[in-house]
Order: sequence, then structure tokens, then C-alpha cells
Amino acid sequence: MNQRALRLTGNTRVLPGFGLSMGISVLFISLVLLLPITGLFGQLAGLSLAQYWAIITEGRVVASYMVTIGAAAVAALINAVFGLLLAWVLVRYEFPGKRLLDALMDLPFALPTAVAGITLATLYAGNGWMGKLLEPLGFQVAYTWVGIALAMAFTSIPFVVRTVQPVLEDLPAEVDEAAMSLGATDAIAFRRVIMPHLWPALVTGTGLAFVRSLGEFGAIIFIAGNMPYETEITALMIFVKLQEYDYAGASAIASVVLFVSLALLLAINIWQGRFVRRLHGGKG
Amino acid sequence: MSIRLENIAKHFGNTQALEPVNLDIYEGELVGLLGPSGSGKTTLLRIIAGLESADRTAQPSRIMFGERDVTQVHVRDRRIGFVFQHYALFRHMSVYDNVAFGLTVMPKKERPSNGEIRARVFRLLEMVQLEHLAKRYPAQLSGGQQQRVSLARALAVKPDVLLLDEPFGALDAKVRQDLRRWLRRLHSELNFTSVFVTHDQEEALELSDRVVVMSNGRIEQIDAPDTLYHSPKNRFVFEFLGDVNHLEGSVNNGVLTCGNAYLHVDLPDGPEELLLRPHEVRLAEQASDTCHLPVVVTAISPVGAEVRVELEADWLAKPWLATVRHADFERLAMKRGQHLFAHPRQWHRFEENTQSAARQTRTA
Repeated sequence: MNQRALRLTGNTRVLPGFGLSMGISVLFISLVLLLPITGLFGQLAGLSLAQYWAIITEGRVVASYMVTIGAAAVAALINAVFGLLLAWVLVRYEFPGKRLLDALMDLPFALPTAVAGITLATLYAGNGWMGKLLEPLGFQVAYTWVGIALAMAFTSIPFVVRTVQPVLEDLPAEVDEAAMSLGATDAIAFRRVIMPHLWPALVTGTGLAFVRSLGEFGAIIFIAGNMPYETEITALMIFVKLQEYDYAGASAIASVVLFVSLALLLAINIWQGRFVRRLHGGKG
Repeated sequence: MSIRLENIAKHFGNTQALEPVNLDIYEGELVGLLGPSGSGKTTLLRIIAGLESADRTAQPSRIMFGERDVTQVHVRDRRIGFVFQHYALFRHMSVYDNVAFGLTVMPKKERPSNGEIRARVFRLLEMVQLEHLAKRYPAQLSGGQQQRVSLARALAVKPDVLLLDEPFGALDAKVRQDLRRWLRRLHSELNFTSVFVTHDQEEALELSDRVVVMSNGRIEQIDAPDTLYHSPKNRFVFEFLGDVNHLEGSVNNGVLTCGNAYLHVDLPDGPEELLLRPHEVRLAEQASDTCHLPVVVTAISPVGAEVRVELEADWLAKPWLATVRHADFERLAMKRGQHLFAHPRQWHRFEENTQSAARQTRTA
């Protein structure tokens, strides 16, 4: 509507090419994102509602939801804490090797997840470097849900760091100084002045990390042990169905993951929009 | 509360931001720290506040607020109010919550009751004339309003001293003028001790009881504004406190020559540089026997009580600025490109390489 009004009054838009760039964007999204999703739902067409329900509520699958969601939640919470700390260190302090640490943050994105999975499994297995130290203490990581959470945390930490970092950079150190000059202790300054600013970014980053963990496959299967009902993740269940050439079944489980992820992302987006509006004085 | 600084120095890496400085600020004074950027004025202010710590030097350094030694006291316990150039308001809090912040973070025992906090915040907001905006967020306010909120916030905790870091630097000229007047009034009403940093000479001279002029991490002079303007201790202070015209040349037999320009002066032979304020330059259509300084008018600004005229000539490295009364301006029918002669009413010179008052002023 607005766009059309602008068109009618002549070429008032300073940046040209809205039509073209929007068209290409929509096309790209369709090809890369929407088409596969449509394909997924196409697979579901062969199932009746009862069959669909039976597949997604099968005992072993439900157990895998529990494992996946539980481990992803733990991983996301760990990432929230340590990601915030890492972002803080990267923004607020100068130290040798800062650039390197900053670059390392993206490594989990760059590394093939299977490589990460194998590495973690080797490290934490009973005869691995870490496993040798931990297992005598009665703490088993590999082939338990702790291992799953660890692999998830590894692959999703950049989400938290990279969403919090720019927001923290945007928060001038003067603001903490102001809080302290007014008598606030470090804890109060953090809780009442710094956290409210970081909250939206932190929640978004944690949410993204969580959603990423729900779908993670490569990094986890090597360390998970894949014991039915115990350490099987949902992505593995999909993989198993695919190996049995049960495409409809695989799609059914995949659709559950998809819905949960989508609902979560949407909720975060809406919530964040509200918060940001307040920061910008109800105008943004 | 008086402030006493003893032997305060600071360096960042290899640069000496502040050479050992001693400074006494009396109770109830409004003192301006004036200097170009990099002169150490903000560093000094932040050290007073406790946001930076002074270097540990051979001689002990001390910061006293009245009888209280605050050298080792953390900023949160120094009982200061600090106003930042860019306001540093808490953007996620309303104006009311911003001002109340200092009161609500007090330990439970000292914290006033909610009703009392409310009353105090509204009294402050009234003082800064913003009580109708108490529920707004900082992003909804203009720069001047934000700076007033920041001031009210700093005053809410009843600080012993109020420190302001270029408080009006980010505001436009008109608002700046209003806020200056308003700060001056607030200061005389509440009578707190305050120190502010500025790079604007006019602001420093207008607001301060005394001005501390700084350059390169040193204090050049501390004086009341009129003393400072009329008897600057050295060339830096003289040049920093207003526009200056330079006349550079060499003296030979009592005549200072510079290209085709000359001026009779009773100075010993040798290279010489004379300094003139714009109001010390008179313009005429003729040269005289003792003074031949041909100039061309290149720009005219008739705004204000006097006309500001920019002058150029071959013998001048930098253009001169002269202020002329409107009557003279009309009598000479000045216009751009006109050839005139400059006549110094008065000039000043400073001995090079001396810190002391080697200043001479002569009436020509």
C-alpha cells in the first residue's frame, strides 16, 4: 500500500530496485527453504492422521524427544552462561590473543559437525584424555546424555556469543560508570543496568542455540551411544526411519521438530519486538 | 565540600596523560577545567571521581574531600555526582526510575522510604523542569532534556561534589546557552562544589568562579575568568582564551619587517612574534609613518555587537581577524576585496622557552 503510494507520486524512493531485490529474495527463500519444507509435507500426505499420531507418539520416539529436549535445554542454559561470559570478555577487555579467541568462536560453525562429534567421542571415551580423568571419579560423559548435551553445547555456542556481542558493544562503559557513581554495587549494576539491555539478545541467542541443538545430528551420534530409550536423539530416529525406507515416518517425526522449532523462534521474535520497542521509546 | 589534589599523575601506556598536579578547589566553588583535547582535563576529572586511579609515584598522591581522604575510596563510596557528556542514562528505565536509581540502590538501612524517594525525585524533576515527563523513556527526550535528567539523577544522592564531563558538548548552541545559565543558577541555589570539563573557552569563562587552564597534562594557570583573560601567564593561555592574530618578522633598528609590511617597535634586533587580539586591530584607509600593514578584506560577518572582518595579505601566514564597530564599518564602507591598512592598538609578546610571566604589552 505504502509502496504503491510512493510509486504513484513518482520515484521518491532513494534506494532503487525494491521490486527486483524483493523478487529475488522471495524466489531464493522459496527454493532453499520453502520447497524442501513443502516436500516434507508432501511426504506426509500418504499418512492418515491416526498413522501420523501413531508414528510420532511411539514409545521410542517419545523417549528421544525427552532426551533431545532435555539435553538441548541443558546445553542452551550452559551456553547462555558461558556465552555471556565469553561475549563480555571479548567486548570489555583487551588482552593478547583476543583476535584469536574471537575467531575461534566461529569454529563450531566452520567445523564439519561429524568431525566435532568424533573428536568429542574420542576425548571423552573411557580411554580418551578427558575420559581417563573423569571416569575414575564416577563421571561418565561419553555414551550418556551428558555427552549429548556437551556436543550440543559445542555446536551451538557461537549463537549466544554472536548475538550478545554486538549488543554489549553498543552499551557504553559509561553506563556502568554512571551506575557505580550513584552507589550501585557491581551486582546491582549488572542486574539492574546491564542485564536488562542484554536480555533480548541473550534470550534470542539461547533460543537459537536451543533450536540448533534440537536438529543437531552429526556431532551427537558419535558420542551419544544411541541406546534405545536412553540416549537416542530425535534426529537419529529420523535417520533410522530413512534407512528403513520409511520416508513418511521420517517426515512425520521431522515435522514435529520443525513445528517446535518454528513456534519457539516465532515466540522469541514477537517477545523481542516488544522489548526493543520500549528501548526506543515506543517508536521503534 | 572542598577538594584538594596532591601530586596527582597519570599515564596510559607510554603517554603521560597528567604530570603531577596539585589543585585546591574551595567549598561551593564552580571550577572549570579548560584545555584542548588531550590536555588531561577529563583524566583529572575522572581521577577526582574515582573512575580512574592516579599513578603510584615516589611522592605520595592524595585526594581530599574536605577532611576526608578519598584516595583509596571506590567511586561508589566517594559521594560524588557525575554527569557524562553523552548522558549515559539507563535507556530501559523511565525518567523517574533513572532519577530514583541512586536512592533505590542504597543499602536497606540508609534507603529512604518509597514515599520519601517519590517526593525527592519529583522535587528534583521539578527543579529541572521535567516533572511532566517522569514516565517517558530517555529515547523520547531531546538531548537537552536528557542532560537535565542526568543532572537530576546525579543530584538525587546529594553528592558532596558534582563533576561534569563536557556536559554541554553534545548539545546545539542555543540549548547549551540555556543549560549553562540554568546550571549557574542551580549552583548558586544549592551551593554544591562542582568541577566541570570543557574545551570551550567561552563556556569556561562564563560559568566558572575560577578556571583551570590545562595543556599537555599540565596546569598552565588557575585564576578567575577576568584575571585569566587580562593577565594570561603564558602564551598558551593567551592563545587558548580567544582569537589571536600573529605578526611574525624580524626587528632591525626598531622596525619590525615582514615582507612589504613594517611596524615601528622598541624591541631589540632579532626575530620577533607579536600577538594581537581581534579588537586590538584598527582598520584605516591610510598607512602611517610608523605602521604600514596592508591587508585585503576577504570575509565580513556583521552579526552581533561588532563586525568581524577577516583579513589576508602576502606577508601573513594565517589570515587575521579584526572586530570593528558598526559605525567604523559603515564609515569605511567595507566590502570584500577592499584594500585597507591595519593599525595595532596594542600588542603582546611572550618570551619563548620560559614558563614565567615574560609578557609585555605595549600600546602602539
